[in-house]
Amino acid sequence: MTLSACGGGGGSNNATDGKENPDGTVSIYGTEPKSTLFPANTTEAGGGKVTDSLFSRLVGYKTEDGAPYNLMADSITTSDAKVYTIKLKQGWKFHDGTEVKAKNFVDAWNWAAYAPNAQQAASFFSPIAGFEDVHPADENAKPAKDKMSGLELVGDYEFKVTLNGPTSVFTTMIGYTPFAPMADSFFADPKAAEAKPIGNGPLKFVSRTPNALIKMERFEDYKGEDKVHFKTLDYKIYSSQETAYQDLVAGKLDFMEALPPSAKVGEKYKADLGDAVVNANLLGQSAIAFPQYIPEFKNVKLRQAVSMAINREQITKTVLAGSYVPSTSFVSPGIKGYRPDTCGEYCKYNPEKAKQLFQESGFTGTKLTIQSNQDGGRKEPLEAACNSIKQALGVDCEFVGATNFGAFRQIVDGKQLTGMSRSDWSADYPSIENFLNPLYRTGGSSNDSNYSNPEVDALLKKADETANEDEAIKIYQQAEDIIARDLPSMPTWNEKGIGGRSKNLLAAKMSFKRQGALESFRVKA
Amino acid sequence: MGRYVLRRLLQLIPVFLGTTFLIYALVWAIPQDPFAGKCGQRPCDPAYIAEMSQKLNLNDPLVVQYFKYLGNLLVGDFGTTFNGVSVGEQIATSWPITLKMGIIALIIEAVIGIIAGVLTGLRKQGFLDNLVLVSTLFLISLPVFVTGFVLRLYLGPQGFDFMDTSVSSDPTFGELILPGFVLGSLSMAYVARLTRSSIVENRRADYVRTAIAKGQPQSRVVGIHLLRNSLIPVITFLGTDLGSLMGGAIVTEGVFNINGIGGLIFRGIQEKEGIMVTGIVTLLVLVYLLMSLIVDLLYAVLDPRIRYE
Repeated sequence: MTLSACGGGGGSNNATDGKENPDGTVSIYGTEPKSTLFPANTTEAGGGKVTDSLFSRLVGYKTEDGAPYNLMADSITTSDAKVYTIKLKQGWKFHDGTEVKAKNFVDAWNWAAYAPNAQQAASFFSPIAGFEDVHPADENAKPAKDKMSGLELVGDYEFKVTLNGPTSVFTTMIGYTPFAPMADSFFADPKAAEAKPIGNGPLKFVSRTPNALIKMERFEDYKGEDKVHFKTLDYKIYSSQETAYQDLVAGKLDFMEALPPSAKVGEKYKADLGDAVVNANLLGQSAIAFPQYIPEFKNVKLRQAVSMAINREQITKTVLAGSYVPSTSFVSPGIKGYRPDTCGEYCKYNPEKAKQLFQESGFTGTKLTIQSNQDGGRKEPLEAACNSIKQALGVDCEFVGATNFGAFRQIVDGKQLTGMSRSDWSADYPSIENFLNPLYRTGGSSNDSNYSNPEVDALLKKADETANEDEAIKIYQQAEDIIARDLPSMPTWNEKGIGGRSKNLLAAKMSFKRQGALESFRVKA
Repeated sequence: MGRYVLRRLLQLIPVFLGTTFLIYALVWAIPQDPFAGKCGQRPCDPAYIAEMSQKLNLNDPLVVQYFKYLGNLLVGDFGTTFNGVSVGEQIATSWPITLKMGIIALIIEAVIGIIAGVLTGLRKQGFLDNLVLVSTLFLISLPVFVTGFVLRLYLGPQGFDFMDTSVSSDPTFGELILPGFVLGSLSMAYVARLTRSSIVENRRADYVRTAIAKGQPQSRVVGIHLLRNSLIPVITFLGTDLGSLMGGAIVTEGVFNINGIGGLIFRGIQEKEGIMVTGIVTLLVLVYLLMSLIVDLLYAVLDPRIRYE
């Protein structure tokens, strides 16, 4: 089944058989947004899926593999990966009828990066020259300016971006939610936009009942190729995934991008949903980090021994009920530049060698621990990992749970871990860069293991600065090889994206971002 | 009577101040950074934390924070949560739903519970008595979520198809009958048992014997003399129950996906949004206080020996 990617609008679609209702209604599982519905402020799933459908950015990502393509951008050109000239397609409109021009991008990016506007994703603009002026590193300092020097308006439909240094991934990065344009009316009154966001995406905002419903409608003037084939969209907010799943099976809810654990037990969902199961590659990577500030984890043999003592194959099949696959690499499958088995023998279960390495490591402690939040099904697989370690190495291993994600992250961010810790990563945009820089670079934003290796830092820097994408990927891969040798955290498993649609939908796909690919939805007449 | 009511109403003020402060202090005493985990796998941007802390008065000492909150509350501003939606608006959407469900639950437990209690109390040791005793024991031993899941499974589309698996975002009375039943089922069992034992006890009372001796008909003896006096403990129970039905409906709300007060409190505690928790709990405290006032006034109606001067 191929998706017709015709930008010309209208026309019949050949994606499915069966009568289709082009003006139907779709309801999608939602969770209450945790922040205001500004693109640069929605970094979690509940709000992210809302802003992603309200706003379109310069580039979009293909549903299947996440490959970026020009969406609002007509062209993005650069000679040195440092200065980019971006031309826009003309005729695009915001939901209030005003045209999307280059200044809407420049103003929106400046606004989002400006520290006093307190946008969660402000740091994503840090590659742009002049970011330090609008967003000083010291949070108490007053920003010197409110505009980044690196953004320069050339014409109504053209602007120039100068970066601090060459950053080849920039063309992929600008497809991420915070890089959306904002309408003129937004800057006049951001407070009003909080209640009724005005975007330029395939759907426009209609109304919102807190904790219950977010209603949207097709934007008829939408010019992008990812336009939707239904009229109204309801994000129904659920407090329990179980209840939402019951609704999905009963046909009261049309799409869920994740299924509750109870549906995955014994692959019950296959019986419930039949051919309405929706699969996708995800940008996720589950790992267990060895914090380098704990002296015993400085010993690479211990890290390797522990990694080899975990029976990933068995845990993914039993405890995780087949909804995960064992991971053998530091990048998730499906990403350009992914190579299987970069972790080599150290991510393969081998109790004999593990035991031998463990004895060579001279570990003198009494027990190992794995820390994580214990809600949301996080506890069981890690307890199983602990059991596997216990059996293979003959050392005591214990799961130490925090009550919830917030409590757990407080420990991690405060560098107060006392043992190994769950370090799951979900990439922001589909690039090998986003799997390495935040996690393994010295001082990276999610470097839970506190890993620091000048050699890796140098390679990552070099790759960032390489304009040619294929060459850059090769250098990222070299960095990955060194990380695999050092093993600051051990890849454990990759989640299989499993979602479901109701019988009301003829077709639905899921993107690597674990969101419904709305342009693929077809409603039954 | 009027002065009594006035005095009771005036008592609400110190209780209101005390509880709000206590709850405010308790929520802020939860040992967790409100920004931990808020921005996913990476720590929040320092500038974001600084701005939001200032906006939500997180940097002030507790007492200052509390009085700022109280000041806003007096002009009707419940404050704003992290996602920019005002607490007042969230309560305004959830409150009527919870109230509806709470009243349905209360009616169900009162009507079914009292009827069952009276019937069994009059015919002690009979078949009906044993049936009610066993079935209430059964209900009491079941956790609410079990009752909820089982009823949803058997009455929902996969069972007899009497109802949907969840309620709509703005539920009608009809949709809330089943959740209301689930919510009230436990208390219904208590009400039945409470009424029964009260009736059994009062049947031997002197005034009942006098009424029978006067030759009054059975219905009048039971309906007027016996029931009115026997209902006093039941009314006390029912009165305080409305408050706990409203605040304690988290489980039922989750099972049927009802956007109610219980869920708001739960989320408020999880997200460490003190103003949300304080706002709702304050309202619940007021409900408790008003209900207990109504109950006290009802005593006088039910029992002629009680007077308020």
